[in-house]
Amino acid sequence: MIRSEILRDIAPILRDQLVICNIGLPSQELHMIDDQPTNFYMLGTMGLSSSIGLGLALSQPKTVISIDGDGSVLTNLGTLPTIANNVADNYILLIIDNGSYGSTGDQPTYAGKKTKLEKVAEACGCENVVVCGGKDTGKALQAAIDSKKMTVIVVKCDSGNIKLPVITMDPVVIRDRFMKAVSA
Amino acid sequence: MNIDKKITDDLVANGISFVTTVPCKQLAGVIEEIDARDEIFHIPSNKEDEGMGLCAGAFMGGKRPAIIMQNTAIGVTINTLATLIQYYRMPLPMLISYRGELREPVACQVEMAIHTKALLAEMNVPTYHFHHQRDVEELDAILKYTFMCNKPVAILTDANFWGGYGDQ
Repeated sequence: MIRSEILRDIAPILRDQLVICNIGLPSQELHMIDDQPTNFYMLGTMGLSSSIGLGLALSQPKTVISIDGDGSVLTNLGTLPTIANNVADNYILLIIDNGSYGSTGDQPTYAGKKTKLEKVAEACGCENVVVCGGKDTGKALQAAIDSKKMTVIVVKCDSGNIKLPVITMDPVVIRDRFMKAVSA
Repeated sequence: MNIDKKITDDLVANGISFVTTVPCKQLAGVIEEIDARDEIFHIPSNKEDEGMGLCAGAFMGGKRPAIIMQNTAIGVTINTLATLIQYYRMPLPMLISYRGELREPVACQVEMAIHTKALLAEMNVPTYHFHHQRDVEELDAILKYTFMCNKPVAILTDANFWGGYGDQ
């Protein structure tokens, strides 16, 4: 399975949660598949989906899912110790690990070679690290939501992209709509 | 006057309850004070752009955030300031240790100091420079200004403000 197929699969689970969605194709795909006010689309700033999500989870009680990629986690690897040491049980980091920088033309990442992000997360002190295949993402995500324990999910899947348009929504509109959904 | 306590009191009085820090020797006292205060959730970050991501999330979660860092971090955070904090129009007070200014003993610190104000000006970031201890009296107004206009605002605090670094 490729990322867009996984997002299509888990969209019914995501729609009831606060979602911080990674820059580039992940945000464009989620926007096309199931645009919701509870989705915060990152239009820039590669690497910070996990940090924004953690800050949000620590600041209010609703469940927060950060959708991230292996390339983006590698860009901001310092995020994993911060997550591990500031436990928010309403926080889930969902890493779609396709071993490539999808938005820039599927160049390979080190996560697709020798580096195992699940082991990095564990070594950083993350206590609930789950690894699954693409088709089991929904099951793993629902279990993490139900557990009410901070969880890092690493989804091992295929690289590959679909053609789709960029998001033209104004960033302040995205942010304002999202904040109203957070406080609703 | 205890500057560390005064700064922390102003943060608390302005409803700031989420503070991320990357340490600097000059900031050690204020970081310790923030860490000790029940009204503030203190979350150290490993890099300043990560810290700005945390602050963006906290702001969207209804908290007033702040970041405390060194001026070298301006070199690290230009993209995050432009494409996250400014693009989504979020308020962010940045209390910055301004290394490389008068009374600085480490020559390399001057290399980023000479770019600091130019970079902030290029980014259209409102910038204040605390050089004398009494300058801290403006902090309360600067914090109110930041949350009024929803912008990142820089407060540069140099060695003279902190009472000297390395020559005391």
